Amino acid sequence: MKFAVITFPGSNCDHDIYYAVGTVMGADVDFVSHHETSLAGYDVVLLPGGFSYGDYLRCGAIARFSNIMPAVIEFAKAGKPVFGTCNGFQILLEAGLLPGALKPNAQLKFVCDTIPLNVCQTETMFTNAYEKDTCIQLPIAHGEGNYYCDEETLAQLKENKQIIFTYAGENPNGSLENIAGITNEAGNVLGMMPHPERAMEELLGSTDGVKFFQSIINHLRKVTV
Amino acid sequence: MMYAVEVFVTYKESILDPQGEAVRNAIHRLDFEQVKDVRIGKYFEINIEKTEEPIEEVVESLCKNLLANPILETYRYNIKEVN
Repeated sequence: MKFAVITFPGSNCDHDIYYAVGTVMGADVDFVSHHETSLAGYDVVLLPGGFSYGDYLRCGAIARFSNIMPAVIEFAKAGKPVFGTCNGFQILLEAGLLPGALKPNAQLKFVCDTIPLNVCQTETMFTNAYEKDTCIQLPIAHGEGNYYCDEETLAQLKENKQIIFTYAGENPNGSLENIAGITNEAGNVLGMMPHPERAMEELLGSTDGVKFFQSIINHLRKVTV
Repeated sequence: MMYAVEVFVTYKESILDPQGEAVRNAIHRLDFEQVKDVRIGKYFEINIEKTEEPIEEVVESLCKNLLANPILETYRYNIKEVN
């Protein structure tokens, strides 16, 4: 079982997620540069947070054209787990792997906080280790996390149970229906604004992110057994 | 032969533009109460060489696939032939 952390110019949470998966969870993990064109040998792809390509044009808009992205799209289409947090979420949306878009925060402020989140679905490859109807605490840090989609897409998200995380307290960015994280229709691509990789040790205030990565590991064990 | 292309990308009318609202509020502080609405967008100046591909198709493709995010934004453009 091997995780790939894709690094783009301007990624700055790549080491956080590498540490979370490698050191805390004890899984095999590699950094994979955006220059690469293959993801052969990997079981999970992680797109880290940060400011890829300086957020030029729109967040994630340039990263979508990186050399590695055709391989990421192929990986996703094959039904394998792809997870993007923060800027990684923005890249997945720009790449068309997830529906909708992220706008600048409604209050025009960068938000940096730890906030409560509802885990809305626990039957997914990303949340199976959480109890049903759990509320968890995860850090957020973003300027463009205001999720938007049209009504038709929203209806589909609800019908297919693709809304995985919602903000439980005050909505920090104006996102539609308090949406914090969604999956694609097949359920193998998840994007979210909060950072589970920054909630891995008591020392840092929360360990609620551990079950997130545990869920992916559970899923892979089930698939490979 | 070249084309000088100007592209304007703005939020769709249905999308709120909080930056535009913040600028409008600042304008009101300048006592221009008559300013009712401000929308902020992006402006691109692009030089494109003439090829067999129709220029409108080239510009449409650039706008749709990169310059604008069609979920949130709309675009318009002017194309001018230059030497």
